[in-house]
Amino acid sequence: MIPPTTPRKSATFDDYTLSEIRRAAATGIYDIRGAGAKRKIPHFDDLLFLGASISRYPLEGYRERCGTNVVLGSRYAKKPIELKIPVTIAGMSFGSLSANAKEALGRGASTMGTSTTTGDGGMTQEERGHSSLLVYQILPSRYGMNPDDLRRADAVEIVVGQGAKPGGGGMLLGQKITERVAGMRVLPVGIDQRSACRHPDWTGPDDMQIKIEEIREITDWEKPIYVKVGASRPYYDTALAVKAGADVVVLDGMQGGTAATQEVFIENVGLPILASIRPAVQALIDLGMHRKVQLIVSGGIRNGADVAKALALGADAVAIGTAALAALGDNDPALEAEYRKLGTTAGAYDDWHEGRDPAGITTQDPELFKRLDPVKAGRRLANYLAVMTLEAQTIARACGKSHVHNLEPEDLVALTIEAAAMARVPLAGTNWIPGGGSF
Amino acid sequence: MSASEKAEIVDLAATELRQLNSALHKLRPDTNQTLWRIANPRGRHSVAVGVDVPVTIEIDGHVGYYCAGMNKQATVIVNGNAGVGVAENIMSGTVHVRGDASQSAGATGCGGTLIIDGNASARCGISMKGVDIVVKGSVGHMSAFMAQAGSLVVLGDAGESLGDSIYEARLYVRGKVQSLGADCIEKPMTDHHKAKLAKKLASAGVTGADIGQFKRYGSARRLYHFHVDNVY
Repeated sequence: MIPPTTPRKSATFDDYTLSEIRRAAATGIYDIRGAGAKRKIPHFDDLLFLGASISRYPLEGYRERCGTNVVLGSRYAKKPIELKIPVTIAGMSFGSLSANAKEALGRGASTMGTSTTTGDGGMTQEERGHSSLLVYQILPSRYGMNPDDLRRADAVEIVVGQGAKPGGGGMLLGQKITERVAGMRVLPVGIDQRSACRHPDWTGPDDMQIKIEEIREITDWEKPIYVKVGASRPYYDTALAVKAGADVVVLDGMQGGTAATQEVFIENVGLPILASIRPAVQALIDLGMHRKVQLIVSGGIRNGADVAKALALGADAVAIGTAALAALGDNDPALEAEYRKLGTTAGAYDDWHEGRDPAGITTQDPELFKRLDPVKAGRRLANYLAVMTLEAQTIARACGKSHVHNLEPEDLVALTIEAAAMARVPLAGTNWIPGGGSF
Repeated sequence: MSASEKAEIVDLAATELRQLNSALHKLRPDTNQTLWRIANPRGRHSVAVGVDVPVTIEIDGHVGYYCAGMNKQATVIVNGNAGVGVAENIMSGTVHVRGDASQSAGATGCGGTLIIDGNASARCGISMKGVDIVVKGSVGHMSAFMAQAGSLVVLGDAGESLGDSIYEARLYVRGKVQSLGADCIEKPMTDHHKAKLAKKLASAGVTGADIGQFKRYGSARRLYHFHVDNVY
């Protein structure tokens, strides 16, 4: 008898790939989902801090002061804002998220002295009322855009792109276009809505400069103005945003989430955040603007170590979206039975566009969204932000820093050649930084 | 503006734009400074933006980008041409350009009225959300792109891809339409629409136009529900 060989599946045509081929063959349409890139890509896990040693002097545990505040908008704004922690909440729309979820984000962020951000669809009273610092996004769709909310905001963020889909517009499918959402966006109830991929009244960096000036004039030069880009050409996009007059550049890597985008877009367009920070910082340095124009980075930030690593690479603050939703209760294993009914499992649920979120976060269904208690969820978010901050401080103190902004690339090494090249820090145990050359 | 009314005169050759806009923003709803005359705009961008009081602002000369941006309540008259995005995101009030307008005139406008005596360039009324726009000349390509609500009336011709990806805005064109964009179709002109159009023309000071010469365009609503058979 000939010994049987073990059935062997293809590494190229793996189970997921084959299932997607079958799904495409059955439907004739691409897959749409929420969240960010799920594939394995070089990330902050591939970096390590060196910590103090004979040549470096550490600070004492949780006792010696280690500052975490960050001032945003000091370049031009009459009223810069100060975050108490270097973690802010990224833009997520009312429409994509329930009103309770937006309120919870505001409550959690405000408790910790940081900001939250509106998103595509306008500003809700729940969000403004519970956010001590609120950033108002100006997106290509201009849904809900009006001068009153612009003036009620603490800062303004002009969105050119986002990490999950640089070059792509947005979608909000009909299930979530309720009467309230439709009213805010001036659209018919229940239609599949498209958000434009480019701004309606400017094209290119020279126009953007004039647009920024207009927003400054309307707000009497009071508000910090951010420019948000998806990570694709971070050196040049950062330089152009600075040239256009931005106070703050927001750089979002491909792990950054989305409410609804094509799977092929999420997984195949844009750069990992790890590969994007150093080019952006270099652009600021080349222009003499590092720490004068602040850099906020996002896309896959999960814990205080990620925060510390992003800051060590030169960022001033980070933004979280997917992680904030997890803190509110998204993808909680306690809801496993309900995720199973939706054909998925806790930790993998990403059909945020369908509006059937059992956690009551990415839904407009009244029966579902009332499940989310904004007070309790806001408390969970505040706790999570506090832990992230403590973790970042712990690492900073171990590296001898009295402020998290004093972390620097020299505190880091990389575990892989790819991460070393992207982060421009030495491969661990060597003095070798692969790559090089201009951006 | 009659000669008997006393106007606030602002000469932009001698006054910083920031001073002008700031002064306009400080006006209270019951202000007595209801007439403003702006001299020497010289193509400056962002003239009279973010005004939110019922005053009249008359600008003598050409303006650059975003004149009267996000206007509420005010009447802004441009005695010249206007650059990109005149009356962008207008909420209410009236903006009247006596010359031509560049691209994206009335972009994302939510209410109020924009009147352009001359021609408007590409993307006129892009993503409009309730504004009424009357162009006495012609409009360029991609006008009323993704137009959501409100109306665009064109007494001249329209360029390529009029009303591409349109939602519920109503388009009326008297002249030739070079082509219609995705999901935009010609629709019947009923008496109801003729009456609406006549009212809009009258409010824009257009007299003697033959309503019967206008055609109406709007959404076929095939893109309202995403389906593979409807992609372009």
